[in-house]
Amino acid sequence: MAVILKTQDLNKVYRLGGFIRGTRIQALDNVNLSVESDRPVIIAVVGESGSGKTTLAKTLLRLEIPTSGSATVYDKLVAGKGAEHLHKSFLRLVQPIFQNPFEAFSRYRPVDSYLRETAIRVAGHDPSQAQDAVANALESVGLEYRDVVGKYTNQFSGGELQRVSVARALIPEPSLIIADEPVSMIDASRRMIIINLFRKLRDEAGRSFLYITHDLATAYYISDFIAVMKKGKVVEFGEAQKVMSDPQHDYTKLLLDSIPTIRSRWRTRSAA
Amino acid sequence: MTSEKVSASEMVAGSHKNDVGWTKSILWLFNLRLSIGLIILLVMGLGSFILPNFAPADPSVQGTYTRYLPPSAEHFFGTNALGQDIFWFVVESVRNSLTLGVVVAFGVVIISTTVGLGAGYIGGRFERITMLFVDTFITIPLLPVLIILGALIRGNTSFLVVGVIIILFGWAWNARTVRSMALTLREREFINMARFSGSNTAEIILREVFPYVAAYTLVGFINTILFAINTEAALAVIGLSKIEVPTLGSIIFWALNYNALFTGHYGWLVAPIVATIALFLGLFLTSTGFNAAFAERRGVQ
Amino acid sequence: MIRISDLVISYRTGRGTINAVDGLSIGIPDGCIVGVAGESGCGKSTLMKAVYGDIVSPMSLTGGSIDYGFSDRNGKPVTSATVTRQWFRTLSYIPQSSMNSLNPVIRIREQFIDFPGIDSNKKRVLEQAREYIQKLGLPVEAIDSYPHQLSGGMRQRMMIALATFFQPQLIIADEPTTALDVVVQKEILLLLMELQEQMGNSILIVSHDMGVHYQVTKRMLIMYAAKAVEYGDTDSVFNKPLHPYTRMLIGSLPTIGDDRARHGIPGSPPSLWGDLHGCRFADRCPLATERCRNEEPPLVEHKPEHFAACHFAGQELTKMEGGKWQ
Repeated sequence: MAVILKTQDLNKVYRLGGFIRGTRIQALDNVNLSVESDRPVIIAVVGESGSGKTTLAKTLLRLEIPTSGSATVYDKLVAGKGAEHLHKSFLRLVQPIFQNPFEAFSRYRPVDSYLRETAIRVAGHDPSQAQDAVANALESVGLEYRDVVGKYTNQFSGGELQRVSVARALIPEPSLIIADEPVSMIDASRRMIIINLFRKLRDEAGRSFLYITHDLATAYYISDFIAVMKKGKVVEFGEAQKVMSDPQHDYTKLLLDSIPTIRSRWRTRSAA
Repeated sequence: MTSEKVSASEMVAGSHKNDVGWTKSILWLFNLRLSIGLIILLVMGLGSFILPNFAPADPSVQGTYTRYLPPSAEHFFGTNALGQDIFWFVVESVRNSLTLGVVVAFGVVIISTTVGLGAGYIGGRFERITMLFVDTFITIPLLPVLIILGALIRGNTSFLVVGVIIILFGWAWNARTVRSMALTLREREFINMARFSGSNTAEIILREVFPYVAAYTLVGFINTILFAINTEAALAVIGLSKIEVPTLGSIIFWALNYNALFTGHYGWLVAPIVATIALFLGLFLTSTGFNAAFAERRGVQ
Repeated sequence: MIRISDLVISYRTGRGTINAVDGLSIGIPDGCIVGVAGESGCGKSTLMKAVYGDIVSPMSLTGGSIDYGFSDRNGKPVTSATVTRQWFRTLSYIPQSSMNSLNPVIRIREQFIDFPGIDSNKKRVLEQAREYIQKLGLPVEAIDSYPHQLSGGMRQRMMIALATFFQPQLIIADEPTTALDVVVQKEILLLLMELQEQMGNSILIVSHDMGVHYQVTKRMLIMYAAKAVEYGDTDSVFNKPLHPYTRMLIGSLPTIGDDRARHGIPGSPPSLWGDLHGCRFADRCPLATERCRNEEPPLVEHKPEHFAACHFAGQELTKMEGGKWQ
């Protein structure tokens, strides 16, 4: 079984304020995760704000440097001592999808220029073949090349832009795509298009995803594994179905209990 | 926060989905203020560069005409105590002042933008050292230093040196502002996107960060022209610039020297003042006009 | 009963005028929590602003009316023109972000005293306030704190305290729990429901979270492209939605424990700038016919107290195939 993702004693401490009266924030507290599987998987990391899930994503993306500990993706060092800052080989291993689709691209560049650049610089395609690579990637997310080329961010909807983001992340055929709250800024009616897309890409293109979210329902819907985080610690981890149906940790139970579902009511409402 | 939390202006802007890119037409730029400013500048700029070709004589040469001639058809503003035609002198000085202003503005903008973007984006030790440098220059008071320099090298310097000195003292403030803009831009998500697309630092500064700073740079450019002309004029009035060269400041210097105010030769003093005000008005309107156009554009988006 | 009749709210911009709310007519019964749901740009925030009376240029009320049904202190009925004077008296507002609404440099008690109460004795008002916030689960010292000293949940409770202190008839809550953690959200929503039961007021709540609507509201309004497309009892709307949009919307929500396939609604709402005629959902609707594209369906009571704007209201959507509605 391949070790898709493994973190070892991953710690991240932020210091705020000066030396004398500053405060420490333990954003990641000895995070030890190990995800092994033969097939590509979708790993969900759920938690509330301040749980450390975004810090974990940033650390794995080398946008933050951990205070101590290390992490590997398919046994290649991703974070920790020795991990070089955004080296090309790293970019072929891990790619991101960010939360705000409108912020993900510069207002002044046509969005396809990012895809083209990724194809040439990261995936190593010849410039003459770059367009094909881009078109293929767009097709796999349900977009036509001619509908995307030359357009700027203000000409797309949030959902379309996010799909363009996904397409760009696919081009270098990374082993792990880290998606940080990819649908929280998208309309509820259109979220499932992106979520179902992740599932399709896992099954058909063999991509693994790390899905960071506060939305347990979508996490339950597509993930194979779920890690529940609270205040920098992983409080529960396991196969998605098991964790959701039979949670062990009190916090997980509390979370599940607090979600406003559309299946049963917390309390009966008074007649008006 | 989800995309549902959309305010009215966002909803309206969202409908701009069908615009062709962000430069759909340059027309959004031209509001009334900007148009008037540009017209003034165009008239004065073209006028000051084209007209001197038709001057009957070199305006800076003294003693060409009889002194103190009153305004007439031949001499629109009359002549001054040095026997120069005031009108042609003013035209030439507008040209010189404007040229100085533009050259200085170029110098300042290029240096400050490069330094500011570099420091702001790269950060770390590079930024700290650079900003130390910048802050030192900011705190040096311009006018006193220029006065001292001027007194030391009075009249023995070329016009160019005056320009270089003004650049040297003008770039720092802009650099600081550009740096703070770069600092906020550095945190934005599309910078990370560019890095994950394989861009290197130089490309990111140029292609990702700079466009967001461009509007400020343009306005800063025009403001610097104003600043440069102003500073040179101030120096000239106290006699510390190269006063043989016709500039707006040097006319006033000579006029004051010859007591034009008291001898009733108002033309000598009024002409350059009117020209200066017109020039400054043009620059000011253009600068604030651009500012307003960009702000409106930003507001909609 | 608050009666909204043919309400049209327009925005005037350099490009022309659009109607952010385009002819909305509903009745909000007294003592009822009504939820308003819809995608971004559907007009729900504008509707809230209109009901609250926060209509400033370039926004304007260009058609229809709002009949509030309650009177001010002097017995005169409140109208759209006079409603701004009723803020925090007979109607109040709970915003999404409490940090943006509480003055960060003064203690919270100052804001309570600042209020347009009837009682000129500030001390007495403060005493009552102290008692009141304890009922809402806040420690009594909270009122003497600065906003940043309280947690997000406590601040939102404080906003609710401010909003309900003078026992308003109508409370407008625009995404009141969106910025909160899910655990705190549940507490706040339960608190809101409890207060509503005690005071018998009406609440208009906007949320993008359908789960919140299901838990809290008695009646639901679904908006789409500036129009009301469905309005009825929450149970009815969730279990037997009449409008295809509502159907597809609810059908796209994943639920824990439910392993059925979920699908988003492809496409996007029409631009309000464009040429709008016929049903605005026609482009994305699997049931759309020529009639739908030409003739706008009116909001009609298809079942008792359950309104929908659709020519085919209640009709079954045919089976899903390969992720696409047929």
